[in-house]
Amino acid sequence: MLDRAFVCTQCTVQLARRSLWSKALPFSARRLSSNATANRPARVAIVGSGPAGFYAAARLLSKHDKATVDMYEKLPVPFGLARYGVAPDHPEVKNCEDKFTEVATSPRFNFVGNVDLGNDLPLSALKPHYDAILFAYGASKDKELGIPGEKATRSVHSARAFVGWYNGLPEHRDLDPDLTGEEAVVVGQGNVALDVARILLSDVETLRSTDIADYALEKLSKSKINRVRVVGRRGPLQASFTIKEVRELLQLPSVSFDPIAKDVFPPESVINALPRAQKRLMQLLAKGSANDPKTSPKSWSLDFLLSPDSLHWSPIHPYHLTHAKFSRNELDPSDPYNPTSKVTPKYLSSGKPAMVNLPASVFFRSVGYKSLPLPGLEDLGIQFDTQRGVISNDGFGRVKSLSGSGEPQKLPDGSTITHLPGLYCAGWVKRGPTGVIASTMTDAFTTADTIIQDLVSHTSSGSLLHAPRDSTGLGWDGVKEEAERRGLRPTSWKDWQRIDAVERERGLQKGKVRDKFGRVEDMLQVL
Amino acid sequence: MTLWREFGLQLRRALPKATAGDMCLAQSRRYVSHSATPWRTGEVANTHRWGLGTHKGLRPSSQGWKTAQRCFSASAQVAHGHITPPKPGEEINVTFIDKDGTEVKLQVAEGDNLLDVAQANDLEMEGACGGSCACSTCHIIVDEPDMFDKMEEPSDDENDMLDLAFGLTETSRLGCQVIMSKDLDGLVVRLPTMTRNLQASDFEQK
Repeated sequence: MLDRAFVCTQCTVQLARRSLWSKALPFSARRLSSNATANRPARVAIVGSGPAGFYAAARLLSKHDKATVDMYEKLPVPFGLARYGVAPDHPEVKNCEDKFTEVATSPRFNFVGNVDLGNDLPLSALKPHYDAILFAYGASKDKELGIPGEKATRSVHSARAFVGWYNGLPEHRDLDPDLTGEEAVVVGQGNVALDVARILLSDVETLRSTDIADYALEKLSKSKINRVRVVGRRGPLQASFTIKEVRELLQLPSVSFDPIAKDVFPPESVINALPRAQKRLMQLLAKGSANDPKTSPKSWSLDFLLSPDSLHWSPIHPYHLTHAKFSRNELDPSDPYNPTSKVTPKYLSSGKPAMVNLPASVFFRSVGYKSLPLPGLEDLGIQFDTQRGVISNDGFGRVKSLSGSGEPQKLPDGSTITHLPGLYCAGWVKRGPTGVIASTMTDAFTTADTIIQDLVSHTSSGSLLHAPRDSTGLGWDGVKEEAERRGLRPTSWKDWQRIDAVERERGLQKGKVRDKFGRVEDMLQVL
Repeated sequence: MTLWREFGLQLRRALPKATAGDMCLAQSRRYVSHSATPWRTGEVANTHRWGLGTHKGLRPSSQGWKTAQRCFSASAQVAHGHITPPKPGEEINVTFIDKDGTEVKLQVAEGDNLLDVAQANDLEMEGACGGSCACSTCHIIVDEPDMFDKMEEPSDDENDMLDLAFGLTETSRLGCQVIMSKDLDGLVVRLPTMTRNLQASDFEQK
């Protein structure tokens, strides 16, 4: 490997043009960035290798010609939710990996996989060697409902675990979901809930050529599920799924859709006055599916205004989930069609709460993801906002100091905050677990621009995290020793390319795009 | 890994340069990402200076040059977004206005889509899904409603993605779905800002 030339990931043709990394900067920015960190590179550590981390890296590398990025990842392999969250039947969404792969060809990019920061290696080991640390580690947990029976290990699953399971995420390799019954209930009405419903209802043959995990394919081919209810606590206008996912489900062959009850659906006059996106979604829901319920072996429905109350098992077969109990809600009568409208419990004329039972042989909760504080954040002075499940930040991505220490800074609205110099966040850990890849990209670009701006304006001190000469500026070279001392086995980008090649090769033999390794040991085995 | 790279390199050496374009169709990828023999980079070094030489194919107008102060990779063999150079006399004019208001005038061939055109010319347009109408990152805004009306109606799939686009307008389209044709000669499109402007409300404790 004499030369790291750029090669198009689409076609392997070498990019015989000005490279991405020397992209023309406006003249002023170019001049400033060259002064920014005196003569040494600006070392940035990115924690997490999902879309947020990679888009931030792309921006940093292309807009700051001295920025060098070390990207840390817990797993031996990169791409986060692009690899383990995007449904296998959405391969086009995973095309963003091509861009990330192109980013990784930069000589100023370095991948450090299989290092679980905060657990295997303390964050404090990183700090002396970097000028900036960007947290983009996403949301590793999912929200719970807090209802009786939720903790059962059989027949009750988190959608996050189920998604991880069919996508080959090592953490959920052994989930073993119960698909022996006919009725599935999914609580939550976001796109993850619809992904779960679609995977349960899809003809397994259509999934066979995707990168879905083998064991999942095997299990799904024996699934008896023929009815999926996707239940939300509010109404159609408050649901958070997007139209593409709804359309896909409505177009699934041999799957019918129960028309939505009139009493929860906005009247036509309201629909016509809605903004474009909501209007189109409501019109699509009103139109429903063309598939006849009589001839369709499977069906699904969207059930609104129901809050989960409890789960119930058969008195005879204690492992046999029979139904989920829900309490009915009603929308704020003064403003029922506002997307932010709240609900209140509905009561019967007797004064008792209105309840309803939905048959369920398997139950998925899908009410959102949740970020957790990385162990050791407090050592860097970072306070995690447990309420919102994000790292407190100023919206641009600078980590806010809640204790008041750090550099005070004036905001556009006139108020003053203090932020922790050199510490940033992007993606779901910055703004909460919502939005599609495009929104994460926009958000990661914002943070990256902020980092560049700070690097450029800190010309005197050179480093953000440290006073002059305090940072070694070594980056991974400085951290490596400590990692080795702890017996870690970091994976490089070349290691990933090897794993990638083997996975594709294995896939080829099975007629699949890729056959993922389901266990970390197996990934490391091929290196 | 070594084995794969070796295989890739041998494949590269075995293929004459002229057929390299055909490799675009092959889905083999990634394994040849580091080649020891940079391909035509020498030529590029010369053509990438501002205002140097005359470019065949895609060419920014002189006005674009003056105002933009950017460089454009241009000659047919170096342009990359998998676009075809227009035949002489069959050029279609298209103008991109980037988020700074800079106009970039290009001449493109029939059949190319705006995402490929933009990427081939180093305009700041992302195509996260690789131009398969599965994201909204190549959102563009058609400047004139008349021109918008001349285009084919966006499909349901495109509209579904546009619904998620930031700063959606009446004349929004996805760049990957706009295929250039003679009818669209003189098309002017704007690139919406990629990063949003922060509002005071962003700083409120939520």
